[in-house]
Order: sequence, then C-alpha cells, then structure tokens
Amino acid sequence: MKEIMEILNNLDWSPLFISIKTGIVATIISFFLGIYAARKVIKAKPWVKAVADGILTLPMVLPPTVAGFFLLLLFSRRRPVGIFLYETFDIKVVQTWLGCIIAATVIAFPLMYRNARAAFEQVDVNLIYAGRTLGMSEMAIFWKVVVPTAGPGIISGTILTFARALGEYGATSMLAGNIPKKTATISQRIAMVVQDGDYMTAGVWVIIVMLIAFGVIVLMNLISGRKMKNIKRW
Amino acid sequence: MIEINISRTLGRFHLNMEVKSDSRRIGILGASGCGKSMTLGCIAGIESPDRGRIVLEGRTLYDRDQKINVKPQKRKIGYLFQNYALFPTMSVRKNIMAGLKCGKAEQEQIADKMITKFQLDGLGDRLPGELSGGQQQRAALARIMAYEPEVILLDEPFSALDEFLKDRLQQELIQMLEDYPGTVILVSHSRDEIYRFSDELIVMDQGKVVCHGNTEETFDCPGWKEAARLTGCKNITEAIREDEHHLQVPGWGIRFTLEQQIDEEIRYVGIRAHDFEPIWLADGEQPEEGWIKVKVDSVAKLPFEHKYFLKELEKQEDVCWFVQRELWEVLEEKGMPGWLKIPEEKLLLLK
Repeated sequence: MKEIMEILNNLDWSPLFISIKTGIVATIISFFLGIYAARKVIKAKPWVKAVADGILTLPMVLPPTVAGFFLLLLFSRRRPVGIFLYETFDIKVVQTWLGCIIAATVIAFPLMYRNARAAFEQVDVNLIYAGRTLGMSEMAIFWKVVVPTAGPGIISGTILTFARALGEYGATSMLAGNIPKKTATISQRIAMVVQDGDYMTAGVWVIIVMLIAFGVIVLMNLISGRKMKNIKRW
Repeated sequence: MIEINISRTLGRFHLNMEVKSDSRRIGILGASGCGKSMTLGCIAGIESPDRGRIVLEGRTLYDRDQKINVKPQKRKIGYLFQNYALFPTMSVRKNIMAGLKCGKAEQEQIADKMITKFQLDGLGDRLPGELSGGQQQRAALARIMAYEPEVILLDEPFSALDEFLKDRLQQELIQMLEDYPGTVILVSHSRDEIYRFSDELIVMDQGKVVCHGNTEETFDCPGWKEAARLTGCKNITEAIREDEHHLQVPGWGIRFTLEQQIDEEIRYVGIRAHDFEPIWLADGEQPEEGWIKVKVDSVAKLPFEHKYFLKELEKQEDVCWFVQRELWEVLEEKGMPGWLKIPEEKLLLLK
C-alpha cells in the first residue's frame, strides 16, 4: 500500500491529460466526419457505396501499425504532403501531439461512421419524405429529424469511438512517437514501464484507464437512458 | 383542377397514369401494389416519374419535356403517411412547428390554433409514441394543415387502426376536412372508405386507370370487370353476347333476355353478393330464365351477415350470396333455396 502511495505521489500525470485530450478531440472530429461520411455513403450509388465503405472501414480492420505506417509515409517531412504542410503552414505532424490526434482519429473514425450509418439506415424513410413535403430543408431534416431519431446508435458510436481513441497505441507510436509530456499517452507509458520491468507503475496506469473507460460508458448510458426513455421507435 | 399524365417503370412494374379532374374530393381505389401510392408519391414529389407531366391548379409541378421538377418543399402538398410519420423525438407542438417558416411567436400561435382545432388540447408536449392511433392521426393532420397546403394526399390513412376505431375516425376525418377549401386525394384499398369520402372515383389496376367517374355511379355501374371486382362485386363470370337483347352465361348455365341494349364490347356479367333473390320452386313449377341452380358448398356465419359459398350445379362455378339478418328466419323456415334469381336491374354488364 505504501508502495502504491509512493508511486502515485511521484507519478508523472501528463500521459493522462494527453490521452484524454487526444480522445476528446479525436471523438469530436470523428463524430462530425463520421456522420457526414455516413450520410454521403447512404445517398451514394451502389458501387460508389461499396468502394467508399471499404475505404472508410479499412482502418478498423487493418493492424494499427499498418495504418500508422501509411500515415507516416503520408506526413513524413521527407515526403510531398509533409513538406507542403511544413513549408506552407508550418505544421508538423510526425512526433507531435497533432500526430496523436490524427492517429487516434483515423483508427477510431470507422466505429463512428459504421454506427452512424447503421443507425441512419434504420430511420423510417417516410420521416424524411414527411419533412420534405412540410417544406423543411435537407439540412434541417438531417439534423433535426434523422440524427435525433438515430440517437441511440449515434451515442453508442460516440462511446465506442472515445474508448478506442483513448486507448490507441499502434498507429500513435508510429506517427507521434513516445515523447514524455508531449506525445506519451497512457497506453505508450504502460508499454514503456512494463519494458523497464516496473509492473507497479504499469498496474496503477491500468487501473486508471479502466476507471476512465468504465466511467465514460456508465455516464453515457445514464444520459442516453434518461433522454430516450419516452421515445418509442418502430 | 389536377392533371396527371405520368409513367414510371420500377423493375417489372409499369405505372401508366392519365387522369384529369376538377373534383375536390378524389378517391383512388386499387389493390395493394397497383401503383396508387406511387402515384401519390409522384404528385408530392418524393418520387419522380420517368415521363409525363403533373399540373395542379395551373401550376406545373413536373414536366419532363420542359425539364420542370418542383422540389417537394415547394409544392405545397400535404401528405398524410400510412404510419403518420410524426417525428418521434419531437413533441406534438414541435412536430406542428417543424416546417413553418415564420417567426417563433407566430409559429407558437399557429401551433396553438392547430392543437385546439384538432382536439389535441393538453397533448402538445407529449411525444408521438405516447399518443393513441387516433391522436397520432390528428397530430399528423394538424402538422399538415399548419403548413396550409393546396392539396392534401391521404395514403391509406386508416390501415394502421383498430377495426372498431376506424368507423369513428373516418367520420372525424371527413368532418375535419369539411372546411378545407383545397383538393383532397384519398388512396385506399377499402371501398367503404372511398365510397364514404370521395365524390369522384378512380379505379386502378396493375398500374393503369381502369375507370374514372362519379363515385356513386361507378359503384352502381362499374362498366369494367376490374372496376366491378375492386368495388366489391363477388360474382363475375364470362358472358357471350348473342344479339342486342340476349346474353348467354355458360358458367351459370343460364341465358338472359334483357330489355336494355347490350353493348358489343360486353364480355362479362356480374352480380353483387347481396343482390340475389332466393327462389323456392313449388312442385311442377318451371324455372325461369335468369335463375341459377345452386347447391351450398360452405357457410360463414358472421354476426350481422351470413355468407353462403355456393356452386352452380353443372359447371361448379363459385357463387357468393350474402344474406342480411332479416332473411335468416325465412331461410331457417323454408330451407336453402334451390335457385337464385338475378333481377335485370342488378345485373352488371362488364367489358
């Protein structure tokens, strides 16, 4: 017990904040991009749909290190996109917090996209038609009718996206590296301390991660449960 | 005045609709899958025909040749969906205000007015899922009316309701639409609903208009075999025209001599299941022309009506005879009649 207290007292908390910040930013980006992509894909022609869906889902089924490898190829400052970003906007991706966000977003995005799409496809098409005949714009129909009706699916997609982004390891370590107080996320810190044989510190981090993940899911369930209980669906 | 001339192909189904009408209460009758809902969809603009044009009160909504296809948002057409399509996450009040373009205060005012008009007082803050079927229908209608459409389309509005509620709600709907000045088009597979509601009737079958005319006249004298069937005529069989006043009906084993002239195009005859007259032959009496010799095949006893499913004795053609309560006692006393008479005025001559 004394040992644990000592570890907690001397703990560098920065990985916690880096992970949470990364998770939140990646979730927000994935939320809007995922919903947008889901909407576009649903409206697309069959073969466009098949191809686009494949590309958007790929990061979920590929090993994260493979996704990380492609991201590294893309954003490396020895390659055109990386050179362009650095020279025009002074933006560095590799070995920076921005890299953490991009890696986490790419890996977690498919969860948001797929859940949103499945939820949208369940929405009664007559609701959309009704909106049109009532003079509502397509944007209003989508944000006021379709998204709220698809609420439960969207919320569960958001939860999963956040959980996945919070724990991202493979792509992040390739793109952003493990720089203390800059890009060192909890997952990377755990891997590092285990490699050093410091199982106690690893254990403390493991418990913290589990508490956060569990807490987020319970919270989301409570929010969605309260808001959705009066809504009947067909 | 509504003018529709459209065609649309969907897989193996072809819709070919040509109708012109200036009635304010139009009914479209047809079996499910005959294209009546598709027609409504095309009028409202939520579906697009392949060809043709749709003109409403002088406003062209769709014209392929002129490349006109007005968005559903701009058509001013209210559509009452089969399941009402109320937005499930919005309260009744929000549902009513959803499509209104005016200021917030005015929206609230319109919502209040509609809630009172459609007897939804106290239900404004409820979600659609918390309403009964009838209340949902009124809410959906209130939402449509708030938007002041020029035409209202009703797509099988009673099919989702319990049988015992239907009757009252049909009456309610007719009353609520009474002071509505625009055109209403009701689509249904139920002849009772259509008969009750519409002044003008369009009968559709397999994507085509079978006949079009005054509702009561069409029910009295459908003219076409499909129209007779869809307006509820249970007994239809082939007929052979001999000359202007004589018809043979081989399926029923009889021949008719009619006072009226028989059109050359007549191919079928029909009689509604209520219109037979039972005949009990006394010994030695001879059957007359136009009597069908029948025997009972099966009986369905319903609370207010007995349905006899009979067979013509020789050709075994099915004949339905529906008997109202008043006749039950007579039947019990005299037994089943051996013959059914078809009075000339009840015989439907069909093309």
